[in-house]
Amino acid sequence: MTEPSAHPDAHRAIEAVWRIESARLIAGLVRLVRDIGLAEELAQDALVAALEQWPGSGVPDNPGAWLMATAKHRAIDLLRRKERLARRIDVLGHELETAGHGAPADVEAVLDGDIEDDLLRLVFTACHPVLSTEARVALTLRLLGGLRTEEIARAFLVPESTVAQRIVRAKKTLAEARVPYEVPAGPELADRLSSVLEVIYLVFNEGYAATAGDDLMRPALCAEALRLGRVLAGLMPKEPEVHGLVALMEIQTSRSAARTGPEGEPVLLLDQDRSRWDLLLIRRGFAALERAAVLGGPPGPYALQAAIAASHARARTPEETDWRAIAGLYEQLAARAPSPVVELNRAVALAMAYGPATGLELVDTLTSEPSLAGYHLLPTVRGDLLARLGRYEEAGQEFTRAAALTRNARERTLLEQRVADCARRRAGTAPTG
Amino acid sequence: MRYMMMLRIEENTDMVPSEQLMEDMGKLIEEMTKAGVLLDTGGLRPTAEGTRIKLSGGKLTVIDGPFTEAKEVIGGYAMIETKSKEEALEWASRFLRIHGDGWEIVSEIRQIEGPND
Repeated sequence: MTEPSAHPDAHRAIEAVWRIESARLIAGLVRLVRDIGLAEELAQDALVAALEQWPGSGVPDNPGAWLMATAKHRAIDLLRRKERLARRIDVLGHELETAGHGAPADVEAVLDGDIEDDLLRLVFTACHPVLSTEARVALTLRLLGGLRTEEIARAFLVPESTVAQRIVRAKKTLAEARVPYEVPAGPELADRLSSVLEVIYLVFNEGYAATAGDDLMRPALCAEALRLGRVLAGLMPKEPEVHGLVALMEIQTSRSAARTGPEGEPVLLLDQDRSRWDLLLIRRGFAALERAAVLGGPPGPYALQAAIAASHARARTPEETDWRAIAGLYEQLAARAPSPVVELNRAVALAMAYGPATGLELVDTLTSEPSLAGYHLLPTVRGDLLARLGRYEEAGQEFTRAAALTRNARERTLLEQRVADCARRRAGTAPTG
Repeated sequence: MRYMMMLRIEENTDMVPSEQLMEDMGKLIEEMTKAGVLLDTGGLRPTAEGTRIKLSGGKLTVIDGPFTEAKEVIGGYAMIETKSKEEALEWASRFLRIHGDGWEIVSEIRQIEGPND
């Protein structure tokens, strides 16, 4: 036992144990009681018991086992009550469906099972396609990240009641749809896994490029997504795209310190001070990418994006960037997962490799693309290419449009500066027509 | 938040990690990796093989080990990423606990300065 600690930090210590143990605890309990809401309640009850007892007795040597044992006892009590109730109802000649509710005798066996399998089942359940994307995100952060409702709400800038409602509804949906507690197998696995990866990357991106508000980054969400990705890589070491996603997030996170200037303004990739990139995370990203490659097969969308990020990481100066290689990777990505956003990025790479006119040619095919209509990066890129071709008037118009579209205040400031810059350059250039 | 967990051990004792301890340590390291918190870890070779370079009054002096005055030395490290200091302390406690009763080890946990702190 750790020395009983009388100081108020005891609660924080228990919170730390919860952070480490809650997902495994809930995952094991769902298999036992076959209901996510109930499993979470049982886990919470165990947490309350810990909060009552540990400040006096000290944190037990194996806090995870303590929590599991406490929750298990409550679960057994509950199942016995249900069983008695079922028997009474039976006597009355009614039927009560008990399928899926293990009898108490099975409890030990259930909880001695492989907790990692349970954790993986929980991952796939929380990211089940029967749920809306928002619900998947909220449930994943809550059940697998151990985040409080209030923390999720703050990260996504929505009221706490909204998140609470999303979680309640999600649990209800899963129960009503009788979603089996399992890891999908066979051909279903690929689709379901991409849904899981999508949720994790969405959380990451929400933190990395906050779409609203004054803060460019909400680093806690990035850290959470990265952690979830690493956990998933431990659970599914043979899935190359899991490593691909982890590699992508590690390398993108490596730039955190360099992405914002002293006033919190965004600093674009090519303007970043590369000495501030985190070499440890870059190394970890390369290692994850290597693990994905060793598993074989053509690289998936995440591995390709990670390979692009890795190309940037390898260049010691922006001038050393291998743009031809990057343009090639975008071409592979466009073939594998075609999207106008990928095309836009490919245009940027082409412009860097073969000149702004080549890039502009591709961008111009995207201007009528409906899915990019409200996307501020399209006019941003187009403006940039036009400016490099000396077409400042058109460039200024594009930057004005981009500034009106972005929801990020700091980005807007940057774009407005470019509008002004174009106007200045235009004034300094002899009129041509 | 990123923390450096340094393990201070009494170097000049006869304590050798048992096979069981090595196995437990391996398991815990795997657990920490799978929990997504362990970024890097390593053990350090004995100080007898180490070298100190000292700067004093603008002059560099190179001193090879062993260092007679060294008693408690850093034997290993783990760099971890956690949500709170308490979480880092919990992992450090777990690492110490698997050593059992015979060992005298101090784990020092220090936050690494980062862009978001």
